[in-house]
Amino acid sequence: MKFGKMKPQRRNRLLLVLFLVVGAGGATTFALLALNENINLFYAPGQIVAGEAPVEKNIRAGGMVLAGSVVRSETDLGVSFRISDMKTAEVEVQYVGILPDLFREGQGIIARGQLNEQGIFIAEEVLAKHDENYMPPEVAEALAEAHAESEANSDSSAAEQAAVKRGDLDG
Amino acid sequence: MIPEFGHFALILALGLSIGLAVLPAVGVIKRDPVLMRSGSFLAAGLFIFILFSFFCLLESFLQDDFSVLYVANNSNSALPVQYKVSAIWGAHEGSFLLWTLISAGWTLSVAFFSGSLTTDMKARVLSVMGLLNIGFVSFILFASNPFDRSLPFFPQDGADLNPLLQDFGLIVHPPMLYMGYVGFSVPFALAIATLTTGRLDAAWARWSRPWTNAAWAFLTIGITLGSWWAYYELGWGGWWFWDPVENASFMPWLAGTALIHSLAASEKRGVFKSWTVLLAIATFSLSLLGAFLVRSGVLTSVHAFAVDPTRGLFILVFLVMIIGGSLTLYAVKASGIKSVASFEWTSREAMLLMNNLLLVVATAAVLLGTLYPLLYEVLTDGDKISVGPPYFNRVFVPIVLVLFTVMIAAPFSRWRKTPLELLGRQHWPLYAAGPVIVIGLTALLGLSFEPLAIIIQTIAVWIFLLLVKNWVQTTKQGWKPPSASYLGMIFGHTGMVVAILGVVITVYDSQERDVRMAPGDSMALSDYEFTFKSMKKVQGPNYTADQAEIVVTKDGATIATLHPEKRFYTVARNTMTEADMDPGLFRDLYVALGEPVGKDAWAVRLHVKPFVRWIWLGCLLAAAGGFITLADKRYRRLRSARSDTIIDGAAA
Repeated sequence: MKFGKMKPQRRNRLLLVLFLVVGAGGATTFALLALNENINLFYAPGQIVAGEAPVEKNIRAGGMVLAGSVVRSETDLGVSFRISDMKTAEVEVQYVGILPDLFREGQGIIARGQLNEQGIFIAEEVLAKHDENYMPPEVAEALAEAHAESEANSDSSAAEQAAVKRGDLDG
Repeated sequence: MIPEFGHFALILALGLSIGLAVLPAVGVIKRDPVLMRSGSFLAAGLFIFILFSFFCLLESFLQDDFSVLYVANNSNSALPVQYKVSAIWGAHEGSFLLWTLISAGWTLSVAFFSGSLTTDMKARVLSVMGLLNIGFVSFILFASNPFDRSLPFFPQDGADLNPLLQDFGLIVHPPMLYMGYVGFSVPFALAIATLTTGRLDAAWARWSRPWTNAAWAFLTIGITLGSWWAYYELGWGGWWFWDPVENASFMPWLAGTALIHSLAASEKRGVFKSWTVLLAIATFSLSLLGAFLVRSGVLTSVHAFAVDPTRGLFILVFLVMIIGGSLTLYAVKASGIKSVASFEWTSREAMLLMNNLLLVVATAAVLLGTLYPLLYEVLTDGDKISVGPPYFNRVFVPIVLVLFTVMIAAPFSRWRKTPLELLGRQHWPLYAAGPVIVIGLTALLGLSFEPLAIIIQTIAVWIFLLLVKNWVQTTKQGWKPPSASYLGMIFGHTGMVVAILGVVITVYDSQERDVRMAPGDSMALSDYEFTFKSMKKVQGPNYTADQAEIVVTKDGATIATLHPEKRFYTVARNTMTEADMDPGLFRDLYVALGEPVGKDAWAVRLHVKPFVRWIWLGCLLAAAGGFITLADKRYRRLRSARSDTIIDGAAA
């Protein structure tokens, strides 16, 4: 049956279906493309130190803020600190801006930004959870994994164990 | 004893909800009008017992009964009394009790304000609502009992309410949001009830409309309050973050907006009937999905305070049963539903169809972005990602652009077929005026000439101008005042225009600076000069604070003196930013303290946000539109025309 000779009603319905299929297909493609460009992968400090994280791409990194590592600029809002999985690896993070209320040393945080060539994480955003007992699941997992690894190497101190345990409980 | 009474009332409520689910349904099967009518009494009983239980929890909070675990975790003897009340819904268990109370409330309203329904249909609807209430009440009883005690050892004082929640916005935000979420259970129940009869007629759509509009209006207010709260309480000056929990409330809103419009077409023209039923199911399912996302903690989110897989699993199973059950019913019954009316591409039906398609695509896009991290983690065996705001903005802006374009001439469209000049040529002076007004005002107010901003603003102005013209024509033509439904549409669309203007101007013209300031320092931003005067200690009821004094001047004249605080809540041991702002219809001056950064200096966040109030103002206007439609005579005429003999005849 030729398209032109179809009953108007049937033709309308066909047009509608075509319109829907093309529209839905287009929208899905567009959405998936946009999605692919805007996802931020999470990397634990261990992965970053091991060179698994891409350089100069938007990623997220997370860990515990090491005690005594927070250094503030004298002149502006620049701040640098080190995040760690409390076991094997540390990464330096630099950030300019206001840190969240719950940011403090010994707290699990997540930073979004880019890793530079020197292996320093340049953060655009730093997130700390609103509940002080709450550990971001990513961080908790990263801590637990690092712990499991070192357990295999059988060296662990009580303090570090406590830190990991807290991560397990809260995650 | 009070908590035990509350617990016991819940158990009775469970029994009543089982009765509500079963007895009217049996009545329908046996064609027994007495059993069918039992629904109203059961609904009233259900509401009374849950209300009683709610008051028991309230009393436990007011008495500072810290032997109740939930009270101990979320209250403190020093907590101001209004927050002791709102602490009921400050955490999971209590907020679900509120949810259930609201569900019982909607069920009761259906029992008492459904005069236009036949006894048979009312029994079916109440039975479906009874099923939902079984789910909610048993969830409380078996997975999140707020009356659990920690005897014999209980704390002397409570752990205090999360300081973020000690705020007026959070007193009203959850109840409004839940009124919306749970409100969508009414059109859902009606859709299911109608499917079981296999007859979808205009009466069904007409009956669904006021309930859908009311639920939608509540949800709109709830989301608006949430956005407003985030703006002033989180201290970032943002009003929407595309946070998973925000998305969880936004998805049912989008689907609900689509439902409102497709119901119009179903009622007036009998088209899209099976589609409308599907939307009603989807809207309520998305509300439940929202509850699941918030409560299970599956998504990393600032709102997911408590992570509890059992509860998540319970809601997930409930969700699967609801969606699976209703879709199965739909698959079996919907094939019998035929829409007979035909329409042209220029008709109002086609425009409403466009509205629905776009809103559903928008919902799907938000859903995809929200669930993609979960999907990714499963597919890649544990890789964690987050989907950022850029995704949502990129997908959302084009959809909204098309949606608003359709909105421009929509009020002038006719059913079946619209003469093209009604959509185009006839309004050429207004179409010409739009860009002139936008460009003129942009220059006058000194706003940015960003092309996308100009385009969206022009569309918004067109929508508004044509609405005004339509209003003038409609009120002139007929001698009688316009119907409440029409007035509601005018409010709804105007509200969207106001909100979108607010969004565009806030996005493109906000100015923000994070700076280091010590007493005596001044900083210029936009046309304003912010001077950091001094810093002092302040003592609150359950916190201590550092309070800054910041004076804002413009051309030498003092505009405002702001007192942002950094609070330390002594019991919860939480630090909180309390921003201060000078609000205005055309601009907000917003100041938040960061942290002390050495010597006397503090990190300070300064914002000048033009038109930001328009976002919430517009949403409230739209919500008002939703409530106005409830006054429509069409819904009441049916009610007064009710006659019991006719209803009994129909039921028999």
